[in-house]
Amino acid sequence: MEQLDFTILILALPLICFVVLGLCGMKMSHKVAGLLGSITLAGVTLLSYATAAIYFGAGRNMDGIYQTITPYNIKWLPLGETLSIDMGIMLDPISVMMLIVISTVSLMVHIYSLGYMKGEKGFQRYYAYLSLFTFSMLGLVVATNIFQMYVFWELVGVSSYLLIGFYYTKPAAIAASKKAFIVTRFADLFFLIGILLYGFYTGTYSFTPGEAVLISAGAVIPIALGLMFVGGAGKSAMFPLHIWLPDAMEGPTPVSALIHAATMVVAGVYLVARMFPIFIDFAPETLHIIAYVGAFTALYAAIVACVQTDIKRVLAFSTISQIAFMMVALGVCTSTDPHEGGLGYMASMFHLFTHAMFKGLLFLGAGAIIHAVHSNEKCHMGGLRKYMPITHITFLIACLAIAGIPPFSGFFSKDEILVACYSYSTMMGIFMSIVAALTAFYMFRLYYLIFWGKSHYEEQLSQYNAGTLDKKPHKPHEAPATMTIPLIILAVITLFAGFIPFGHFVSSNGHLYDIHLDWNVATISVVLAISGIFMATIMYIKGNSPITNAINHNMSNIIEAAYHRFYMDELWLFVTKRIIFNCISRPIAWFDRHIIDGTMDMLATVTQKIGDVVRPIQSGNVQSYSMWFLGGALVILTALIVFA
Amino acid sequence: MELSTNLLIFTGLSLLMITTAFAAVTTSRIMRAVTYLLFVLFGTAGLYFMVHYTFLGAVQIIVYAGGIVVLFIFAALLIGKGTIDITHTSKRRYFAGILTSMSGMCIALYLITNTNFVTDKFTVDGVTMKTLGNALMGTAKHNYVLSFEVLSILLLACMVGAIMIARKK
Amino acid sequence: MIVPAEFYLVLATVLFFIGVFGFFTRRNLISLLISTELMLNAVDINFAVFNAYCHPEHLEGFFFTMFGIGIAAAETAVAIAIIINVFRNAKSIHIKNMIELKH
Repeated sequence: MEQLDFTILILALPLICFVVLGLCGMKMSHKVAGLLGSITLAGVTLLSYATAAIYFGAGRNMDGIYQTITPYNIKWLPLGETLSIDMGIMLDPISVMMLIVISTVSLMVHIYSLGYMKGEKGFQRYYAYLSLFTFSMLGLVVATNIFQMYVFWELVGVSSYLLIGFYYTKPAAIAASKKAFIVTRFADLFFLIGILLYGFYTGTYSFTPGEAVLISAGAVIPIALGLMFVGGAGKSAMFPLHIWLPDAMEGPTPVSALIHAATMVVAGVYLVARMFPIFIDFAPETLHIIAYVGAFTALYAAIVACVQTDIKRVLAFSTISQIAFMMVALGVCTSTDPHEGGLGYMASMFHLFTHAMFKGLLFLGAGAIIHAVHSNEKCHMGGLRKYMPITHITFLIACLAIAGIPPFSGFFSKDEILVACYSYSTMMGIFMSIVAALTAFYMFRLYYLIFWGKSHYEEQLSQYNAGTLDKKPHKPHEAPATMTIPLIILAVITLFAGFIPFGHFVSSNGHLYDIHLDWNVATISVVLAISGIFMATIMYIKGNSPITNAINHNMSNIIEAAYHRFYMDELWLFVTKRIIFNCISRPIAWFDRHIIDGTMDMLATVTQKIGDVVRPIQSGNVQSYSMWFLGGALVILTALIVFA
Repeated sequence: MELSTNLLIFTGLSLLMITTAFAAVTTSRIMRAVTYLLFVLFGTAGLYFMVHYTFLGAVQIIVYAGGIVVLFIFAALLIGKGTIDITHTSKRRYFAGILTSMSGMCIALYLITNTNFVTDKFTVDGVTMKTLGNALMGTAKHNYVLSFEVLSILLLACMVGAIMIARKK
Repeated sequence: MIVPAEFYLVLATVLFFIGVFGFFTRRNLISLLISTELMLNAVDINFAVFNAYCHPEHLEGFFFTMFGIGIAAAETAVAIAIIINVFRNAKSIHIKNMIELKH
């Protein structure tokens, strides 16, 4: 399809924008740099939509599936007769879907940042990094092979590192960026090993190596895919590699919306979806392990999210939980037929799509709130609905969506996931339904804490009026238009995205699939969601309700543990600092310092000592030189006499 | 063994030369060292006379004894008595020097005594001046006019060089 | 009776190594030069003796000795010029000052 040749621009534009902003950004004014970045991204978004329109508009082929198209594929690094690393662009239903998700959210974040980052030092650098990130993420999703995916995967990691550490004068931000980089990098090591195993045994890095080689590779394939999933788990913050994501909230809030809600963190899900055909046919056990890991992560993150006080951290844990939902949906698949056990694939992608929109909206809303009250802590908020009506409404829509209330988009996608879980096993279905109820609970807890209850501002104002507070408190105000417009756009998408016939575009075997609600499951999930919301309402709608106090009192141990995220960070620190550093690194360091360096030092010392001994011979005295000369000549002469 | 006149003269000459040579390298006075050297040079001239190379002996006396020794004396006088310190080096080097030269001498003597030189062509005729003149000025084989001319140029160069080096700036 | 050639050679060897000994142990440039002259002399004797006893017909050793004497004269002249120059600069002709080769 020649009319898709323009897709190269989707990658080229953000890259050019990054180079221009990176090199000449400091010469531009903030406004020019921001507009340049946003307009470029708008172009990318239009191109993505055009790609989608052309791709899906072309219709299905003879087999009833959307043809996979590769407009570009260059052999970049030939390694063997069949093995080579290619660079190119591949379009299939999920990559086109990801193009839309990434470009939309990224465009919203670009526009939003115009207001949010106004006047910040390093504004141009910020936009340069955003462009770099968008470029890498787009490159990741259109990768034609697993190695290209890995290259962009690492680029995504780097740009994420740069963006988390954007406030590089803040120690917490530096620590967070390092943590994110090291943890994901550690996971990527397994990813790389998996890729190498895969490449070695199948002789190709392609996503579709052909059945014969996969069968001959045999037992290696599940191991390789499992290792790749470890890499995906690192990026997608699956337990126990999730520890970097809550800390990554130190970055600017729009960055959290872009990277840590909508795009980068779903890369792991995308990876599993990409390898899905191989998973299903050759490593179903690995796939089910993914489901269990995902289910545990979902519950863990949901519980932790219930007690966090920093609103961005609540959202971070909610993200972990929701991504875990997508992983579970992929993991519970048992066949490629969406009617018989293959529904999860479509459900996962659908949830990825809707989640990107409403979670992006939640983060951007949180950004607007933080912008207004200059704090991340819930105790500085409360009663904000009067002061920030637009933010309030959009945030509420997003909360309803994530809680799974019809007709908001989250309901449809989550419902599909639950259906897939129930069809895998009833236990899994019940488990995930409980997590879904918890989701509704913690999201509405957050919502009430922010927008309802006693206003922190009003309390302070009355204290000021009474004379107990010296400083007049800052009055919360609605965000500027550059920030509210993206909120409204995303809210509209959230409202209507659920009605997209998603199965018409994406399904596990590529054939058309009509989404139909399973009324039993839907009823259960809606009831659970409403009860979660109800719980949150009675507990948090007023500042201090007696039920809340009683629960806090009776379950203080669990709440304390959950607040500290069940001490996972401490466990990691214990493992790394105490065990790895002390038992492995220290002996190696000692060995290096004393044995390796010691040998070199000894060589140097011996040489020096010999030099000290030999040096007096070079006295500069002609007499001693001639004496040595004659002595040497005599020795040679004697040798000749004796041996000749 | 019959003591011939030749052998007697040789013995005397060699005793004189060895003694004075040894004195020349051990005395602590520079002028005495030069004088002892003069005796060695005379002894060498005597040896040339003994093998009937009278011209060579004459050259030895004229150039060495008449020229070189005078140069030495001039140098010693020019540099001055007070600055001439002729004492030997440290004991260690002294013994090292003795050891090296003694072992070298032993090896050389061993080689000389263990080699059969074909020395039966000696004649008492010596060389006539005519032969010498022809050989020195001739251009045929075993004639040395080229070496002679090269040597003359060398001497000229040395003269110029010595003046250049020694003159005051 | 003719004195055997070996006698001359032994004498020359002894003289040569006396010169070597002097060269090793003296601490004065003029003394070193004197030792060098001793060695040159010993070598000259050898040339003359070998010529007289082995190849009297060609006079190669003879002329070598003669040219050697000439070169010795030239060498002495230059060496003394150098010594005088050194003395002028260093106010001494002691060997311990001549350690420029070290650097």
